[in-house]
Amino acid sequence: MIDRDLLVTEDELHAYVDGELPPGRRSAVEAWLATHPDAAAAVAAWRGQADLIQVRYGGVADEPMPDRFSIDSIARLACRRRNGWIAVAAAAVLVAFIGGGAAGWFAHGAAAAGPSDLKRYTTEALDAYRLYVVEVRHPVEVPGDERPHLTQWLSKRVGSPVRIPELEKMGLKLVGGRLLPGPTGPTAFFMYETPSGERFTLYCGQTKDQATALRYIAGKNSSAYYWVDGDLFYVLTGPAEQDRLHAIAQAAYDQIDVRTPPQGG
Amino acid sequence: MSDFRAQIEAAIPALRRYARALTRDADVADDIVQDTLVRALRSEHLFHGGDVRAWLYTILTNLNRNRLRTLSRRPVLTPIKDSDAATGGPESGGRDIGRALNDLAEEPRTALLLVVLEGLTYREVAEVQGVPIGTVMSRLARARMQIRSFLDGERPALRRVK
Repeated sequence: MIDRDLLVTEDELHAYVDGELPPGRRSAVEAWLATHPDAAAAVAAWRGQADLIQVRYGGVADEPMPDRFSIDSIARLACRRRNGWIAVAAAAVLVAFIGGGAAGWFAHGAAAAGPSDLKRYTTEALDAYRLYVVEVRHPVEVPGDERPHLTQWLSKRVGSPVRIPELEKMGLKLVGGRLLPGPTGPTAFFMYETPSGERFTLYCGQTKDQATALRYIAGKNSSAYYWVDGDLFYVLTGPAEQDRLHAIAQAAYDQIDVRTPPQGG
Repeated sequence: MSDFRAQIEAAIPALRRYARALTRDADVADDIVQDTLVRALRSEHLFHGGDVRAWLYTILTNLNRNRLRTLSRRPVLTPIKDSDAATGGPESGGRDIGRALNDLAEEPRTALLLVVLEGLTYREVAEVQGVPIGTVMSRLARARMQIRSFLDGERPALRRVK
């Protein structure tokens, strides 16, 4: 019969090399290595690889730092890129603003006026989309199968009844939701996913802006439709492709519309 | 300067090292690092505490994966610009650690570099890669086995093209 305490697995050999072995196993592994030349050769080879990698790349961290990596340069770039993106997007939506709700935007140039909710919301929503859409393991805080809890919790935090649209017919399954800090306070953030893994997000928080119809804003790799309904601002973001995004946003808009009674949940 | 920014600044040398080993191209590596830092600063308000360093490694790893996906969609032949690569002809140049890393699939390479170069724990690597610890360990094992046979000269099916 084999004594399990004496048997050493390959995983333990790796853990030994990487200093991840529980202290109690160290002597068992060393005894094993003394009597198993193949295992000892493997351990020596792995250590040699680590040395080669260290020798080859370790010095990069000590190289003089180019100016582009000063925190001030990076901070300037972070600002510039954001403004650059807004400038491009502004041209795309300018037409949509004429006729209503545009006061905040046109006051943008005036020193006294802060940015409108509109601008701040769409910027934040696109940022949140980019941040969480790549998240594999923790895209949401509360999973989509807890829809009633999600609705109740986020309505309470946002301070107004939040409706989570049902987009199954559009091929979008609710992954879940999370709470985010927004420009005017707590904001609800929902994520949907298609069977092929494309992700769409709905961002929602309080605003004093007037109700609007659907409006489109184009980004580079993602774009968004946004609207105001009652006292809530919504931004639906997804991979750029205007027609499809419009259909999805329209479906969400129709369900959220406060003039229609909520359909349970 | 905020604590958040101070932590980011302190991580830059290590991020450059990791990116260089990951891409084996100094220019591409520094571009990815810059992109990582810009994204991190822009998302400052979304960071709810925790280990900034692990978060930065996660962004960088994701950006590199996106880059590789873009490259694989556009199959362009690019020379391996490994500045230190041995220059003694294809045979002697074929055995160095840079080329061994180059031969690995992206996930095993990422796991190995995070452990042996960056000193992350298995648990931290699991967080960065978004997989269980067991998967990290099998990626490590795969990377080490493949590098070993590469350096020993057992190169699988090397095709010669005239």
